[in-house]
Amino acid sequence: MSGIGTGYDLSASTYSPDGRIFQVEYAHKAVDNSGTAIGIRAKDGVVLAVEKLVQSKLLVPGSNKRLMTADRHIGVATAGLLPDARHLVNRAREEAQNYRDFYRAPIPGKMIADRLGGYVQAYTLYSSMRPFGVSTILGTVDRSGPALYMIEPSGVYYGYHGCAVGKGKQVAKTEIEKLKLTHLTCREAVKEAARIIYVVHDDVKDKEFELEISWVCEESKGRHEFVPKDLVAEAERLAKASLEDEMDED
Amino acid sequence: MEVMESARLKPGEVNLGTTIMAVKFKEGVIVGADSRTTTGSYIANRVTDKLTPVHDRIFCCRSGSAADTQAVADIVHYYLQLYTVQEGERPPVETAANLFRELVYQNKDALSAGIIVAGWDKYKGPSVYSINLGGSLNEQPFSIGGSGSTYIYGFCDANYHDGMTKEEAIKFTKQAVALAMSRDGSSGGVIRLAVITEEGVERHFVPGNELPRFWEG
Repeated sequence: MSGIGTGYDLSASTYSPDGRIFQVEYAHKAVDNSGTAIGIRAKDGVVLAVEKLVQSKLLVPGSNKRLMTADRHIGVATAGLLPDARHLVNRAREEAQNYRDFYRAPIPGKMIADRLGGYVQAYTLYSSMRPFGVSTILGTVDRSGPALYMIEPSGVYYGYHGCAVGKGKQVAKTEIEKLKLTHLTCREAVKEAARIIYVVHDDVKDKEFELEISWVCEESKGRHEFVPKDLVAEAERLAKASLEDEMDED
Repeated sequence: MEVMESARLKPGEVNLGTTIMAVKFKEGVIVGADSRTTTGSYIANRVTDKLTPVHDRIFCCRSGSAADTQAVADIVHYYLQLYTVQEGERPPVETAANLFRELVYQNKDALSAGIIVAGWDKYKGPSVYSINLGGSLNEQPFSIGGSGSTYIYGFCDANYHDGMTKEEAIKFTKQAVALAMSRDGSSGGVIRLAVITEEGVERHFVPGNELPRFWEG
């Protein structure tokens, strides 16, 4: 398939005539083809949720988690190439620990986002290494409160109230925009996040999926933890119910 | 258990003989010090400023080797500036104290520095931390240090109480430092004070002829 960037897309160290780096753009495509991940910043914390597509019935449910912890107060959700994600989270863990050793304090959300952004950007400079094929959503709670950041394969990052990456990101973003995030508590956000993941999942194109959902909030004492099973079960029940309601409306 | 040898000066090195102290009161902290720097028995500087700002609302009181404490304070000042630029807010006193501690502990064989860190931040309000020769860190409501401090432990224990007003704390510090200066040969000169609160830093100066006087025999 002769693509758009023919000739200028072989290495990350080449600009196209209109100022684009195609390798980085292709990295974004890897992210867009993966299962959806969303982050919601509520009043009292952050909720992360992932649509984990299950490739085979032989996989043990609950294994191969896509939500990872970089420090007690930092949760990471990724979309894209999972091995790249693991590498990046390892780096995040080192950075967070490094900060603790030096300052004897947990690293603030904006600092870890900045460090990871810089790290990801470094891989867009050289022809000898490929850019990261992941978009990373960081959910943290620090002294100044909850924070949500997303780092893209180019290394750019922004702070968000709500964000989504992966296959269903358009639908997810539309749903998130409908929410009144400044009024939501984390418990409510968990239910909304579960509902959005269910809405986003395309039963036709993909088969099974597992919902992974975690939070950093007052209830979890400022720690990144998987949401308790009973709350997840309740959220899933409500999500399925609301989907059926929507279908009935036809 | 081995005990740390107290200050061994290298050739040409200058000692901050010293009386230093820091006192926490309701709205802030007071830091106070004498002004004598000695090389042996010669007073190299009789108007030294041992109260060094490392940030807008964080001071350190230096005792031990003048060179060592100045060098360490400069490095901490650099890191705190970097912190402010990166994080966009003033560093907490605890962070500054930990930076001092890290430097003193990792270089304990080469340094002789007894430092008191005191200041105000928006998270904990006023706080006082003392770092001794070995590099251990202690948070205290008030702290005294330097060779002159040995003579005023009794006075300080008897006269300190929690929640002092600014005036009470200034008087307490002035009197304590004056008493130490009158007994310790390595402390003397003038009394320098700094009052650190949320609003800012006020420096006070008590010249040698206006020192509080006690029983002189």
